Amino acid sequence: MSGLFDTQLLSVVVFVPAVFALLVLLFPKDEHGLIRVTSLVGMGVGLWVTGLLYARFDAHGPEFQQEVRVRWIDTLGASYHLGVDGLAVSLMLLTAVLGPLVVLASWDSVTHRTKEFHVALLVLQTAMLGALASMDLVLFYVFWEAMLVPMYLLIGVWGSEERQMAATKFFLYTLAGSLLMLVALLALYFIALPAPQRSFDYAAIYNSLLAATREVSLCQGRDPVGQCPGATPLALALLRYGPWMFAAFALAFAIKVPMFPLHTWLPDAHVQAPVAGSMILAGVMLKMGTFGFWRYAIPLFPVAARQLRPALAALAVTGIVYGAMMCLAQRDIKKLIAYSSVSHLGYCMLGMLALTTEGATGSAYQMLNHGVSTGALFLLFGMLYARRHTRLLSDYGGIAKVMPWFAALFLIITFSSIAVPGTNGFVGEFLVLLGTFKGTLPMVFGVLAASGVILGAAYMLWMVQRVFFGELTHRENLHLTDVTGRELATALPFVALVVVMGLSPQPFLERLAVSSEMFVARASFAQDSFHQSDEAVRMSVRPLPALPSPPLPAAPAPLPTADAMAPFKLGRPHPANLAVLPPERLLAAEPPPSRHGEEATP
Amino acid sequence: MDLLCHVRDFVLAAAEGAGEAAKHGEGAAREAALGVQAFKRVGYLWLIPFFPMVGAIVNAVVGARLQKRFGKSVVTNLAIGAMAAAFVTAAVAFVDLVGQPEHERLLVNHLWNMFTAGDVQANLTFALDPLSMMMVLIITFIGALIHVYSVGYMAEDPDTWRFFAYLNLFVFSMLLLVMGDNFVLMFFGWEGVGLCSYLLIGFWYKDIDKAKAAVKAFVTNRIGDFGFVLGLFLLFWALGGQWEKRSVIPPHESRWALADPAHLYEARAEAGTTYVADPTLSPQTPPATYAEVEKLATPEGWRPGASIATRDGGKVRVGPTLSFRELRDQIAVESTGVKNRLTGLTFFGMPLLALVGILLFVGATAKSAQIPLYVWLPDAMAGPTPVSALIHAATMVTAGVYMVARLNFLFALSTTAMTVIACTGAATALFAASIGFVQNDIKKVLAYSTVSQLGFMFIGVGVGAYWAGTYHLLTHAFFKACLFLGSGSVILGCHHEQDMRKMGGLKKYMPLTEKTYLYACIAISGFPLANGFFSKDEILWKAFDAGNNLADPALGKVIWLVGWVTALGTAFYMWRSYYLTFTGEYRGGHGAHESGDAHGHHGGLPHESPRSMTWVLAALAVGCFLTIFLGLWGPAGVEPVLERWLEPVLAPSHALVAARGAHEGPLAEWLLMAASVAVAFGGWAAARALYKDAKSTVPATLAAKYPRLHRWVLDKYYVDEAYRKTVLAAIWAGAKACDLFDRVVVDGAVNAAAAVGRFVCDVDGAIDKYLVDGAVNFVADGALGFGRALRRVQTGRLEHYLYAAVAGALAVVLLTFLVQ
Repeated sequence: MSGLFDTQLLSVVVFVPAVFALLVLLFPKDEHGLIRVTSLVGMGVGLWVTGLLYARFDAHGPEFQQEVRVRWIDTLGASYHLGVDGLAVSLMLLTAVLGPLVVLASWDSVTHRTKEFHVALLVLQTAMLGALASMDLVLFYVFWEAMLVPMYLLIGVWGSEERQMAATKFFLYTLAGSLLMLVALLALYFIALPAPQRSFDYAAIYNSLLAATREVSLCQGRDPVGQCPGATPLALALLRYGPWMFAAFALAFAIKVPMFPLHTWLPDAHVQAPVAGSMILAGVMLKMGTFGFWRYAIPLFPVAARQLRPALAALAVTGIVYGAMMCLAQRDIKKLIAYSSVSHLGYCMLGMLALTTEGATGSAYQMLNHGVSTGALFLLFGMLYARRHTRLLSDYGGIAKVMPWFAALFLIITFSSIAVPGTNGFVGEFLVLLGTFKGTLPMVFGVLAASGVILGAAYMLWMVQRVFFGELTHRENLHLTDVTGRELATALPFVALVVVMGLSPQPFLERLAVSSEMFVARASFAQDSFHQSDEAVRMSVRPLPALPSPPLPAAPAPLPTADAMAPFKLGRPHPANLAVLPPERLLAAEPPPSRHGEEATP
Repeated sequence: MDLLCHVRDFVLAAAEGAGEAAKHGEGAAREAALGVQAFKRVGYLWLIPFFPMVGAIVNAVVGARLQKRFGKSVVTNLAIGAMAAAFVTAAVAFVDLVGQPEHERLLVNHLWNMFTAGDVQANLTFALDPLSMMMVLIITFIGALIHVYSVGYMAEDPDTWRFFAYLNLFVFSMLLLVMGDNFVLMFFGWEGVGLCSYLLIGFWYKDIDKAKAAVKAFVTNRIGDFGFVLGLFLLFWALGGQWEKRSVIPPHESRWALADPAHLYEARAEAGTTYVADPTLSPQTPPATYAEVEKLATPEGWRPGASIATRDGGKVRVGPTLSFRELRDQIAVESTGVKNRLTGLTFFGMPLLALVGILLFVGATAKSAQIPLYVWLPDAMAGPTPVSALIHAATMVTAGVYMVARLNFLFALSTTAMTVIACTGAATALFAASIGFVQNDIKKVLAYSTVSQLGFMFIGVGVGAYWAGTYHLLTHAFFKACLFLGSGSVILGCHHEQDMRKMGGLKKYMPLTEKTYLYACIAISGFPLANGFFSKDEILWKAFDAGNNLADPALGKVIWLVGWVTALGTAFYMWRSYYLTFTGEYRGGHGAHESGDAHGHHGGLPHESPRSMTWVLAALAVGCFLTIFLGLWGPAGVEPVLERWLEPVLAPSHALVAARGAHEGPLAEWLLMAASVAVAFGGWAAARALYKDAKSTVPATLAAKYPRLHRWVLDKYYVDEAYRKTVLAAIWAGAKACDLFDRVVVDGAVNAAAAVGRFVCDVDGAIDKYLVDGAVNFVADGALGFGRALRRVQTGRLEHYLYAAVAGALAVVLLTFLVQ
């Protein structure tokens, strides 16, 4: 077992929930208690192994760690390749932390189809962890789409009155983006590497684009509308299709974030989703969008990204202010929290687009913060909803009198949401805003984004006042009971995270440092004021393991370009296909692994 | 006067340890170039905020149970004990600080790094220099007194534990604010006190108005914080953002720091951090070279007069920083060139330092209740009275003044910012005082008085008299705490009555409260018998003498005049409150609820408050007297104790401010002083004539004669209403518009896309159903129909077949015939 933990820790992390999902499937469907306990245990084990992963992640080590790479679809050049950088491992920890809490939060509220519910939760958990850990584009896409189905079911089966409309809207909206991304992904696959070396490996594709990116950037710097005479075919392809591919990726991720004006599925989904669905949606799923920008869209197409940066940043800022304004106008509490997500995710996007280390770090931290604070807000409101079955602000008022401890919990989370110093929210927003000011975006963006901080305080405190303070105005609220032990056990971890991440952020930020610096370096790659070499941004990952047998017929001789491409591994044909392959395909075979010094430390 | 001078000299000698006062003075040490701030590392400063923090946590988590099980005294003693411990530790630190050589008075206690990202480094580091030491002593001393007072005041409240938890949490935040050695920690405290203020104003949350006042206070403060962080970010950017990318400075040849990054400035030569020389600098003033810095840095350590010191083991670190000490060193040490660079920078045509100063001051206008963001403070009186005394008079609201004094080296560089601060202070002082004239709620009078006095402080720090502004902060902390707590005692004594019209004659019932209130009134109205006169007079004098520290030399005189008139008003409304409350006959409901509890509450005649409260009042009144000696002036050339004490902190701005002054003669100073005394007497006399024993009918007549004016002032010039109708209404309208836009346009587009999709599908379905499937069915139906038709043919009767055969044969024959 320990061997498995050393070499396949990431696989274990990703698939533990799935294994428990299988286990739950075997239970009779009336055993509600057993099902709940089992999935709680499953999530707990998941948290434990993810914690182990997080602890083992060396903040000062190589960029990608704990890699796992196994041959998968050789003919396509796709491999089973997992690996985490600082951001991915942090988001995975967030996902794993939310896991058991989500199960606890739905302990009483989900009573029909319990088995299916928990299977969906566990499968969703695996899909999300997998999407974060994938280093191969096919694998990523599989996990990415696999997230949709359980979430669709969570909303559509266990949601409130209009659940089917919301679920369909969510599914179709996200799927539309995903399909565009699939097209771009395939285009990338065909453009990035010449036919015999084609690979879906993220690092391979990224590294192969480096030289062309530099060419495009320099050529556009010289002559913005130039045709780049004398450019390599790859550079020409990138020049022509790069913006489109970036747009496709960006659209898919922007829907997921969601960025203004692609956000309208979110309020509907949140309002209709059960507590668990809302928590996961706000806690992790939205971060898939920002993570996608961070990992894929921007680094792969830095030139196109930089061209669209002012527009994207403008949308992010609009989202911040607009989301906050929307919150002020809401009468439905869940909708209010949903729109506050739009506002908060705007900060994540803005910090990223500032292209400064401070901004990027703040953005990454803000992703974690939002997961904690908004997840907790949905959890707490879920408790209220379970007692009162109404989402309208006007149905509450003065309930701090009957639920004082609940009010205290809600207030603490509110402070986190409005970024009061000492809570986690402050660190993220502070860094994002500071990074925005320090960077090259127009300063008015920073000013507008900072004004969101005022509006944030206004709408959250206004909501708290309307719900908790004053006299009890509704007779139905007179006999509300304060939090139970189980509810307290679910909420207290959030409070602890709020305080710990607020007062001692460095252990978390430390793990994000390399990731942030690399992100900024890659996003600003080949910009004239930056002088990094290709080597500074090149991704080094574990090579594809060699086939055990039979030995290759031809001696593996590296291509002339092999040195430049040494650190990544190319797809190698399966022996069964060797007979029909042209000889040059064989030449592309990998040099022996000993040449790659960058193997991840177990 | 001679006697006073002697006393003063004695205090001075005691504070300084050695009688070297005469040697220093306006001496050469000040004129010499400033060095790096030397400091002493200590390991105990964290204890000062730690004690209140523990008190807050314990009371918040288990306070309710403790109170239930062991009674309230456990809870209150815990909180008071935490305060006492903090005060004792602060006193130890004070002794430590006094023991340091004058220019090395900085204790630093580095705990750990809170977060680091790029150039941002936020450390959990506490620092005490003379300025923050003064603040810490005020906070812990007055804070402890108010904790003691609160025991009596909150005796009847069931949530005592919660109150004391909040109170301790507030003190903790306030200590972070003043003890933090960097902007982040200061901001922690800055927002932390706002948070505690929110919690304490809304302490009685069941009253929706109190909850609303709390939200108003927090949101208004957030507006200020918005300005504050913008100023901070702008400063951070100016110290080394990606300059060359902005339009402000064109790319320049001499990227001097980049050329020599590793040695000279220890700036991190990261991608994007390039320092571009300011083109507005003349080429003759290049920054110090590495060799120069090396030469100035002496290996044996800090030496007075040296430009660059090495006690810290090296050079001045130049570049973006959040640390006050590093920022001060960069700016104060001339040879770094930072000062020249910053003063030369413009931002869209505006001097950058002016913008930074004004934005930071926006933060101060909210926290310290200045125009235009003062509106929350009067409403904040909804909180319990000890809270008003501690937070909304003595400590939190002075944070803005403290911040300006702390950053004196920055503010002094921009006369524009100084002008804005001084003018805002003067305008607020006058404006708030005028509202105080007619208020009937005793706490509201004090609230507007606080706003007005804070205006005085800002006049002080605005014209460069940082020590005078800070001294007024100190004296105000004493007399206003005394007044507020006195009013609290009155309110309690009158059974939670706050309207002065229903008081009167309380002198008889509450003798000790009356005496302390009287003395505090003497202090605030500016009789030279208590501390208030000395600080206020110094501020007014410095304003008169401001000269070129303000944008226009004449402005100083105008501000003096405004301040002088305000002083008259202050004396008037404070004495009005005194006479209305304590003289004449008791106007409250005599025994309205006589059948009430034996306790005497909710009915009966007013009664004096318990001793724990009155003794606190007495202690504060004594403080009002003793603090005179901190600001008492001496013979020419010898400064007051506090000025001397603060001198190391204010040194970076001192020479600059002094050089720009108008240098009025001593005669003018004496004349102005006489004028100050005159207005104090004038205000007192007027109030006495109008309000003593409630005999005069003039006030009522005046109010009746000018009802609209009276109403207008009584309703605070309708500023709240104006804000509600403009700013808030605009935001609400914006929110509604966004909501409509979101539902109709954004979501509408999505739903329209879905509808179009559905329509296309419907059309597709129709085509499929009617055209494609229709064709298929047509074929099928055709075949079927044809078959059915054919079936008729197959009748099974022979004759039919024969007819058919004959008909066929006939047809063949006919056809053959026709074709031929």
